[in-house]
Amino acid sequence: MTDHYDVLVVGAGPAGLAAATAAASHGARVGLIDAQATAGGQVWRHDVEHGDTALARRNVAAALEHPGVTWLAQTRVVGVEAGALLVEDPKNARWLRYRALILATGARELLLPFPGWTLPGVTGAGGLQALVKQGWPLRGRRVVIAGSGPLLLAAAVTARRHGAQVLGIYEQASADNIQRFARSLWRWPGKAAQAVGMRAQLVGAPYRCGSVVRRAFGETHIQSIEVDGPRGLEQIACDHLAVGYGLLPNVELAQLLGCDLQLVGVHPRVSTDAQQRTSVEGIYATGELCGIGGRDSARFEGAIAGHAAVGDDAHVARLQRHRQHARRFAELLDRHFALDPRVHALAEPDTLICRCEDVPLSALDGYTDARSAKLATRCGMGACQGRICGSALAELARFPRNGSRPPLFPARLSTLGSDPSSVR
Amino acid sequence: MSALILIQVNGCDVEVPAGTSVAAAIARLELPFRRSVRGQWRAPLCGMGVCFECRVHIDGVAQQRACMVPVREGMQVSTDD
Repeated sequence: MTDHYDVLVVGAGPAGLAAATAAASHGARVGLIDAQATAGGQVWRHDVEHGDTALARRNVAAALEHPGVTWLAQTRVVGVEAGALLVEDPKNARWLRYRALILATGARELLLPFPGWTLPGVTGAGGLQALVKQGWPLRGRRVVIAGSGPLLLAAAVTARRHGAQVLGIYEQASADNIQRFARSLWRWPGKAAQAVGMRAQLVGAPYRCGSVVRRAFGETHIQSIEVDGPRGLEQIACDHLAVGYGLLPNVELAQLLGCDLQLVGVHPRVSTDAQQRTSVEGIYATGELCGIGGRDSARFEGAIAGHAAVGDDAHVARLQRHRQHARRFAELLDRHFALDPRVHALAEPDTLICRCEDVPLSALDGYTDARSAKLATRCGMGACQGRICGSALAELARFPRNGSRPPLFPARLSTLGSDPSSVR
Repeated sequence: MSALILIQVNGCDVEVPAGTSVAAAIARLELPFRRSVRGQWRAPLCGMGVCFECRVHIDGVAQQRACMVPVREGMQVSTDD
């Protein structure tokens, strides 16, 4: 089965929705795919209990209800050929052929190992938000939010709205850095208002800076944690720990397509020009994929790519100023939420690093590249394909992640057997 | 409030609002999700389809990420035991 699109957009978060809407406004035949069942991405993920914000509803509807846009839910990319992607949905595999491809694959959380992080009841911070919005029960549960970045506040607000007792928010960045960050926010009034609004919703939940969760305790489920903060070590009994150390671009598809990447610290992002063009002809990258900048830069970059993909340079030029302003926010985040060295030293020799294959840190001593470590220890060989442990090991300065290889996600055998010649 | 959907997890009935993920339905029964290769109990970590810690059987198909699949009426889910 094959479909042809003028513009194919991968990812239906703020960037992908804006890209699809912009391209379709010029009469292009647009395909919009996402691995999730509903559009919105992570930031506009549908909340089963509380519904969506007006902004999310408006942006999702603008793309999905446009007659030029074909929406393909629960569709994930498995492989690539020149001008086509191999995708599978819960039932079928097919090739999607395109003239222009816009990547809006977003970000995932940086999840770092510490003793006890494999216990049920420990999730990412954004991870908790995603689970709760889809009905994960939190009513009456004692929840600790930890890690780093503005996402912690958002996760705490969502948890509380769903009935959780938020015991505290533990941010690893120092109080000085957080104050400097807050003082710089006036240049982004929307973000400042959002921050104030979130704090107001979190009255009674302490926000502690310079604090790192050192370990989680429990037998078959988390029961308590140990926090290292300015006031020393503290033990906290809890039912859930949501801990995330910021976001990382999902570059795997771009990498497989041959797009040039650049490193921000130790983690890759996709390089683009001001029109969101990657190094590969006809392929654009947008939003978090090009560096973590949040919802606003994603929306502007998505729109820029959508207009650029159909040749509307005037529209692209008009959006540049907005894009640059939104992107400067990304630099602010990088500067003020840089990770404390304590965070890199949490894993102990017997702490599992690769959760798919249960490989402890000590088994990785002496290896200087991901491939030899994988061949000898199975680290990174499991179902997540090193998405969690590979990024963690890069962050811990062990070795960089391997390049991506097909299939991009575990796929059905029948999918892998789909004939690319049927594309033509 | 959205319609309620009835599914079975390890033979137990659980009724949840439409749009709920299989992961959340399993959590309502307070069941663990899978055993790791060394036999540890695991449950969702990332919540967004990246970590594969929430893998379960859905309608007889193994290795399904429970966080990525919304419930469907009559769905049969089984976790590791």
